[in-house]
Amino acid sequence: MRHFIRSAAVAIAMAAASALSLSAAMAADISGAGATFPYPIYAKWADAYKKETGIGLNYQSIGSGGGIKQIKAKTVTFGASDAPLKGEELDSTGLAQFPMVMGGIVPVVNLEGIKPGELVLDGPTLADIFLGKITNWNDEAIKKLNPDVKLPDQAIAVVHRSDGSGTTFNFTYYLGDVSADWKEKVGVDKAVEWPVGIGAKGNEGVANNVAQTGGAIGYVEYAYAKQNKLTYTDLVNKDGKKVEPTAAAFSAAAANADWSSQPGYGVILANQPGAESWPMTAATWILVYKKPDDAAATGEALKFFAWSYAKGDDMAGQLDYVPMPDAVVKSVEEMWGKDIVDASGKPLYSGM
Amino acid sequence: MSAVSEAVTSSAMRTREATVRRFALTDTIFRAATRASAILVLVILGGVAISLIAGSWEALSKFGLSFLTTEAWNPVTENFGALAPIYGTVVTSAIAIIIAVPIGIGIAIFLTELCPRPLRRPIGIAVELLAGIPSIIYGIWGLFVFAPFLQTTVQPFIINLFHGIPGLSSLFAGPPYGIGLLTSSLILAIMVLPFITSITKDVFDTVPAVLKESAYGIGCTTWEVTRRVTIPYTRIGIMGGVMLGLGRALGETMAVTFVIGNAHRISASLFAPGTTISATIANEFTEADGDLYTSSLVSLGLILFIITFLILAIARYMLMRIDSRTGA
Amino acid sequence: MSTAASLHQSRKRKNAVMMALCVIAAGIGLAWLALILGALLYKGLTGVSLSVFTEMTPPPGDAGGLLNAIYGSIVMTIIGVVVGTPIGVLAGTYMAEYGRFSRLTTVVRFINDILLSAPSIIVGLFVYELMVRPMGHFSAIAGAVSLSILVIPVVVRTTEDMLNLVPNALREAGTAIGAPRWVVIRSVAYRAALSGIVTGILLAIARISGETAPLLFTALNNQFWSSNLNAPMASLPVTIFQFALSPYEEWQQLAWTGALIITLTVLGLSIIARSLTGRREDR
Repeated sequence: MRHFIRSAAVAIAMAAASALSLSAAMAADISGAGATFPYPIYAKWADAYKKETGIGLNYQSIGSGGGIKQIKAKTVTFGASDAPLKGEELDSTGLAQFPMVMGGIVPVVNLEGIKPGELVLDGPTLADIFLGKITNWNDEAIKKLNPDVKLPDQAIAVVHRSDGSGTTFNFTYYLGDVSADWKEKVGVDKAVEWPVGIGAKGNEGVANNVAQTGGAIGYVEYAYAKQNKLTYTDLVNKDGKKVEPTAAAFSAAAANADWSSQPGYGVILANQPGAESWPMTAATWILVYKKPDDAAATGEALKFFAWSYAKGDDMAGQLDYVPMPDAVVKSVEEMWGKDIVDASGKPLYSGM
Repeated sequence: MSAVSEAVTSSAMRTREATVRRFALTDTIFRAATRASAILVLVILGGVAISLIAGSWEALSKFGLSFLTTEAWNPVTENFGALAPIYGTVVTSAIAIIIAVPIGIGIAIFLTELCPRPLRRPIGIAVELLAGIPSIIYGIWGLFVFAPFLQTTVQPFIINLFHGIPGLSSLFAGPPYGIGLLTSSLILAIMVLPFITSITKDVFDTVPAVLKESAYGIGCTTWEVTRRVTIPYTRIGIMGGVMLGLGRALGETMAVTFVIGNAHRISASLFAPGTTISATIANEFTEADGDLYTSSLVSLGLILFIITFLILAIARYMLMRIDSRTGA
Repeated sequence: MSTAASLHQSRKRKNAVMMALCVIAAGIGLAWLALILGALLYKGLTGVSLSVFTEMTPPPGDAGGLLNAIYGSIVMTIIGVVVGTPIGVLAGTYMAEYGRFSRLTTVVRFINDILLSAPSIIVGLFVYELMVRPMGHFSAIAGAVSLSILVIPVVVRTTEDMLNLVPNALREAGTAIGAPRWVVIRSVAYRAALSGIVTGILLAIARISGETAPLLFTALNNQFWSSNLNAPMASLPVTIFQFALSPYEEWQQLAWTGALIITLTVLGLSIIARSLTGRREDR
């Protein structure tokens, strides 16, 4: 025991000493934190970027709220969020915001004999189901949309996210956009007071619960519906057209959006116009300081983002993400050249 | 002659004196080190408490005491209340302890009294292994394996069994979702089991053999020895194990987060989704962005501290009464 | 006579029933373990290969391993235990030996029980405010500190309990032959309580080995190899957490494999510690 205490004391002293000596050393690798939704693609890009340039960029998913808090606390080089910050908040904090990548959210169901894409729903019906107004699959509203489908007389089991999530934010934003009732009674946020249903943890939890429960309906990011081979439904979009959830339909929504209408490109892609647009498309944003304390790290981060815009499209496609339209990328890069500067006012980004 | 012996004794005395003084010094240092460590425990909790109070100030000053009595939890309108998570925390921990304590003590008795010697150690290690499984694994296992099992087999059976029996029928009311309060309680029971078992077993081993042997000597059965000698002798130790288990049950985050459903509702049915304080914090903290929202979540943490404080105070009081009654 | 015989019978019956219940309890405990371990082995074992221990965590769609996460977990757990255990053992010693009846002990015991049940996420937030914010970045040291805060209460509790169970006669015998207090504590009390104290340390390691929340806000995580204690460092639990709920098969597989590694490591430690301290136990 004496040896134990003595060696423990030595170890503490060593640990303390190494901590001291290390804090003197330079610590800054580029690190970013935030939204969970883009984590896989950022990890993929970072890995490929490191292989090409040797520069490691460490992104960790701690949630959008966490990402915003961390960039405000300046513990990371960049933050990431699934819900855009408002113009006044960007101004008051001195943050620049731009969209990085997109994805789609799809309704998934568990109904016997119904295959992916066979069922079609529209916004108001979806809102009424999640409001608990429509409780049975053979409800008139669903029948009207699906005259050729044999709908069972089965109670609808609503499955939603139990954790706060950007997916829920985009989903409730869409429901609020198409249903005044939803907006008034439930509202739009990353976590809401759900009128009905059961909460499941994460996209994977929702996917699993829907797969287990007969008559269930839920919403997940597209990649989860695809990987878990869930029965997704089609949706009727703003133009009244029936669309299938595909990468092309997600891109169409982004292409038809008016990105300059909001400060910091804060356009939410739910319910965008266009015949091809998937109504539940979602983007995710990056936050950096316009005048960062550590200009070198932010400069490196911008180089990484530029590289990802230029070379990351295929990788995004493989993981069921949708790259940003070229016009948006061009505008974002122009913004970098103008707005993001070092202490002397010199732009940190000057093209690849 | 005498001078020589005097010199010898006095030098021996001096050496002894030096040794005693060195011993005294070491003892003082050791004592000071232990005391400083004990105080450090206080300081750490003080630090945690201060950061909690500072973090929860905004929410508590806005909602006041109504925070404790409000069931609503609405991030959209920023109206928050802690009643549902408090209820869920207390109910799940209570059920977990009610299940785990008898089983845990039973296993400890089995290991110390009944188990064939060669099997003792493997089984003891096996049960302790339950404590070594990361809590996230309990969560994932609960979500992907255990909850579907409950949903498809156990829950429909129980719902049918108690259908129409007043009280029980509302306690086990459907629909069977798989996840919910009872599932969380069961997972928690599994998680606290090794804490209770391994500590109970360790304290059982400390019972002097002579005590047990004298009881056997007057013709007591194994159960009587356990009930009348072993358990009374070790009850403070057992209580320690239960407290460890209860502590883990109250604060357990990841496993519960996966299987409780995070519904801010209080329902009579144990099959219904609910939420606990730590599950709410874990589920929502990372995505909370408003100051009031974050502050309300930190307030939940503060409330958990207070609940723990109260439960411990009650437990200590009960223990004191047992002590004074038995005159131990 | 007949009443005595029937009393004897009923006592024997009661004994048999209670002992049967204990066997059933042990059966239940083992069955749970078998169920969980079975699922863990079933899902984790297929992913075990050499590359798990030699390659870094991959991006989705690529093959890879868990080397950086395993390394980070080992480093932070060791620092956490090395920092937390002496403090916990010493504090427990004070409470059971020097200050058994002092007011400080009563307070610390109470406070310690509260710390035991503090949700780990709150400990993480405390260390975040204490270290990460002032330092301006996430670091492995901050992660290790939050782990050590989780270790302390478990060790304090078990050390105190175990020392309290050491019969006073032993201490008196030590004191009678002139040994000073600290020698009695070291050579008599610690020795008698060693097995229990080691159990406490193991429970503490077991507890922190799977902690996600306190690391997420302190050590963050790292996709790449990093041995810098002053920078974000990867850890198994956080990696498992992120990978398990992803849609990609490779990541889910690594998550199960990582979980299996943690569990088997704790099992291994448990067996080693038991065989080191267990000789007396099986007397």
